[in-house]
Amino acid sequence: METALAHNFQEALLGGDRQIATDVLSRAVGNPPSMDALEKIVVTALDNIGASWERGEAALSQVYMSGRICEELMSPYFPHTDDAPLSQSRLAIAVLNDHHLLGKRIVLSFLKASGLPVQDWGTCTEDRLVDQTLENGVDILLISTLMLPSALKVGPVGKRLRENGFTGKIIVGGAPFRIDPSLVEEVGADATADNAMECVKMVKRMLQEVPA
Amino acid sequence: MTAMTAMERVLTTLSFKEADRVPFFLLLTMHGARELGMGIREYFSKAEHVVEGQLRMRARYGHDCLYPFFHAPLEVEAFGGEVVYPEDGPPNSGAPLVRSFEDILHITPPPVRQTPCLQKVLAAISALKQNVGDTVPIIGVAVSPFSLPVMQLGFERYLDIMHEREDLFSHLMRVNEAFCTQWANAQLEAGATAICYFDPVSSPTIIPPEKYMQTGFQIARRTLASINGPTATHFASGRTLGLAEMLPETGTAIVGVGMDEDLTELKRAYGGKLSLLGNLNGITMRHWDKPECRRQVRRALTAAAPGGGFILSDSHGEIPWQVPEQVLENISEAVREFGRYPLAVPSLNA
Repeated sequence: METALAHNFQEALLGGDRQIATDVLSRAVGNPPSMDALEKIVVTALDNIGASWERGEAALSQVYMSGRICEELMSPYFPHTDDAPLSQSRLAIAVLNDHHLLGKRIVLSFLKASGLPVQDWGTCTEDRLVDQTLENGVDILLISTLMLPSALKVGPVGKRLRENGFTGKIIVGGAPFRIDPSLVEEVGADATADNAMECVKMVKRMLQEVPA
Repeated sequence: MTAMTAMERVLTTLSFKEADRVPFFLLLTMHGARELGMGIREYFSKAEHVVEGQLRMRARYGHDCLYPFFHAPLEVEAFGGEVVYPEDGPPNSGAPLVRSFEDILHITPPPVRQTPCLQKVLAAISALKQNVGDTVPIIGVAVSPFSLPVMQLGFERYLDIMHEREDLFSHLMRVNEAFCTQWANAQLEAGATAICYFDPVSSPTIIPPEKYMQTGFQIARRTLASINGPTATHFASGRTLGLAEMLPETGTAIVGVGMDEDLTELKRAYGGKLSLLGNLNGITMRHWDKPECRRQVRRALTAAAPGGGFILSDSHGEIPWQVPEQVLENISEAVREFGRYPLAVPSLNA
């Protein structure tokens, strides 16, 4: 029964059907809802969808819609992801030099659906990204890029941050890093993730490693 | 075999026959600025710069097309949007033109003949046509009605209306189809040989094939039927294998394939229906030394060139600014060495 519900939930997400996803999730987690069951079904579905994307079996639109629906479904259970002062978050995410925000939006949804509060800085220039990171004392900076020139700018951003005392981690993402994984090392980033849920797991591991 | 003109070479391969050698398209845009010793913004400010840049690059590399494509956000500029010019990369669209869902209902197609940024491209195509006549294919570009909204609205908002606001989606498609048809036909009238229909959103990388069947496929079928010349459909690095049954029915002649796709498998899937264009990796290309250029060219030719139906190019439809000229020369040399028909491409393991 549980397996069937989990399967139906995942199918509803892949089909972008918010209503069915809501109904299935309600049935799966009981009343009052069990947080364990809730997290298990949502995280497992997002994990599977992320892995399907990596294998070329799910499309980006499905990953996006799944993240958005799960973010909405989980927001009542993780109110701090929206309501807590974002300045207290140890995570920040931004798109470098680009107004194409989809990749960042997907990762943001997956982080929020997993209960992780994130400072969302939208589109940033290099200067703004450096200043914001240093001023806000974040420990993990997630940088999304769309095109090669922006991806290459992560190098100088990281260098300036380190020179100014930043000791946290930089995770990069976006098409250039998928197309040429050697770019991660070239720009001096700490890591990239193959899909949004991998990024969530990586962030959780790093939060344990980086002293608050 | 007597050497063919670039046009003869390309038309031969498109008829699934072997030409004198494998045709190759270096889809160069920004490199023309370096040829002319000017910045990217200045380069794209005048048609004559692009004409000179394209002619010089073809003289230098000997590839088989002219590509007077300025940049993708030019079409958004025609709709009133903003273009951002980096110093080291392709012009990019700025903040989305449409700030709210309801703004979509006020979008109308810009008149091609009265829009200065589009006129620049048409002037460049005309000048190139006067220069090369029918000896070299001149490739015009039109972003598909289905993919243009990524720049008009932002990707997120576009996916939202595609999934949840059928009314707004339909309106936008009507506007964009009208524009795309006018724009593509104006380029053909100016002298373009064919239109590259950029449709990355239709790739299974972005939407599932069943969604494509309901949306991008129907739009492509209508739009390509109203374009008065041959078209190539390009997915800008997206995957294409999952579209092998549907894509030929849109009326296109060529499919631009992804860099991670297996050319042998694609050749089998599209065999005799569509010619393949691809699939060198433009991002890693910037680090290729001469042996790697040769290896990559041989890899692609071995898999896809036998029997024609193949044009070698990058997979994105635009070679990054960061790719050095020496790499382009090495690729060109490798095509001339290994691409002569009948192919004598040795095994990659030999």
